[in-house]
Amino acid sequence: MAYALQQLINGLTLGMIYGLIAIGYTMVYGIIGMINFAHGDVFMIGAFVGIIVLTALTGLTSVPLGLLVAFIASAIICGVYGFSIERVAYRPLRGSFRLAPLISAIGMSIVLENYVQVSQGALERAIPSLIPGGVTLMNQGGFVVQLSWMQLAIVIVTIAVLAGFTYLVTKTPLGRAMRAVEQDAKMAALLGIDTDRTISLTFIIGSALAAFAGVMFLLYYGVIDFYIGFNAGIKAFTAAVLGGIGSLPGAVLGGLLIGLIEAFWSGYATVAYKDAAVYSILAIVLMFMPSGLLGRHEVEKV
Amino acid sequence: MSNVLELDRVSSFYGPIQALREVSIEVPENQIVTLIGANGAGKSTLMMTIFGDPRARSGRVMYYGEDITGLPAYQIARKGIAQSPEGRRVFPRMSVEENLLMGAQVVDYRDYAANLRKIFTLFPRLEERFGQRAGTLSGGEQQMLAIARALMSMPKLLLLDEPSLGLAPLVIKQIFGAIRELNRETGLTVLLVEQNANQALRLAQRAYVLVNGQLTMQGTGAELLAKPEIRAAYLEGAH
Ligand SMILES: Nc1ncnc2c1ncn2[C@@H]1O[C@H](COP(=O)(O)OP(=O)(O)OP(=O)(O)O)[C@@H](O)[C@H]1O
Ligand SMILES: [Mg+2]
Repeated sequence: MAYALQQLINGLTLGMIYGLIAIGYTMVYGIIGMINFAHGDVFMIGAFVGIIVLTALTGLTSVPLGLLVAFIASAIICGVYGFSIERVAYRPLRGSFRLAPLISAIGMSIVLENYVQVSQGALERAIPSLIPGGVTLMNQGGFVVQLSWMQLAIVIVTIAVLAGFTYLVTKTPLGRAMRAVEQDAKMAALLGIDTDRTISLTFIIGSALAAFAGVMFLLYYGVIDFYIGFNAGIKAFTAAVLGGIGSLPGAVLGGLLIGLIEAFWSGYATVAYKDAAVYSILAIVLMFMPSGLLGRHEVEKV
Repeated sequence: MSNVLELDRVSSFYGPIQALREVSIEVPENQIVTLIGANGAGKSTLMMTIFGDPRARSGRVMYYGEDITGLPAYQIARKGIAQSPEGRRVFPRMSVEENLLMGAQVVDYRDYAANLRKIFTLFPRLEERFGQRAGTLSGGEQQMLAIARALMSMPKLLLLDEPSLGLAPLVIKQIFGAIRELNRETGLTVLLVEQNANQALRLAQRAYVLVNGQLTMQGTGAELLAKPEIRAAYLEGAH
């Protein structure tokens, strides 16, 4: 019982990070119908901006202020990356054959990884834990269930970010424009929506969310390298597919589920096969629900 | 009397296929102009060419004397042209309210409430369905929504592509009534594409006939209604 609770806490924390990244995949897929394989690397860059800022600020400011600066700097810089990636690698290929942007995305991913490897070094980088300690939730025969302050912070920050993001998408003119372009880009243009600008903003927002995830990943694990974007990216992409690609709540749900599967599999079976477990479950879900858990399958009148 | 819209020898293509051949039309201010023609004649192409998609390969599209041929669609919309396109194209996963908000995107939000009231007097059905997802509306309701969405932008020129398609006679009457009312009361300029030539010609002050991408006839609505070749080709069975 205590052990399961601990896995639940760990899984949810990890899942929230996956969910934040997954939103970027699903938004871009929704609006231009492509998988942005470089998105995981934007997350990685977010983590690097975080470590650079936090290292530079060590001792200069209080921890909360330092974290705030790290989050904001990371979101802005990743936003610029997201914007540029779309401009350089995807927009010129719009209207080209379907695989072209995908190949371009993989190329972009490799470029970003190599760029960070060269500029930041190939070795792991670490920071000390900035929010140490936690609270003991339960002590069952010597097994202690811990909720670290860091986990709590990740959960709270993610929920706040998701709330803001949900408001943006459902209630603001920009969010409405994004959904309109997703549903019928040509019609949106006939109504005065600058679709190119809307697509750019989608990339910027998705990248900013990945930046938040990157900084939280850094804070949670304390160690990063230029390759973290690959693994986390694939997990988050899987989360987006599991939840139903194109669905924003689906991305978050998928992220949480994958975090939980990983945590419980590692806790009860073996760490070695945790990825196999994740993909097996994905395969099983897709067999029965081809459009994912919350994906669209209703028929619409046209 | 000035022209709101003028097409000057416009030709449009889909790849190598030519869909419009040097088409010239004029849409004078405060008038209803209709364009009739058989399936595949190029009517919808003409409507979309006004929005630059497809872009006219030769010729010019003039709006209040300004050449708008090369502009992107969204900028043309912001100049005051609105279209209820072929196939309605409401946003299926948005509510009626959100679809109307999309239409109002280009105008001052302060006008929104007043415009909404006008729309509701024109189409009371939309008020009843305000919160419903547009994809679940009936075909007629979607058509009303598509027209209402275009009107929400307070256009100077309204393009309507087959607003009567697939609708019951009563609903058609209602929609044509609404168009006439808007034109009379607010002086709204309308370019109307119709299969339903009989009603369209009765409504319009000016009419053009498009055959295989080429204009073959033009005149007042009444003149064309009187022509035997028009009656034979487009009004067979109508009364
Ligand atoms: N996207 C497209 N790609 C290629 N050809 C097209 C495209 N859209 C239309 N066409 C062709 O252009 C011609 C004109 O089509 P258009 O849709 O303008 O006709 P229409 O007069 O609106 O017909 P309808 O009354 O059936 O709506 C047709 O031959 C059609 O097949
Ligand atoms: Mg047509």
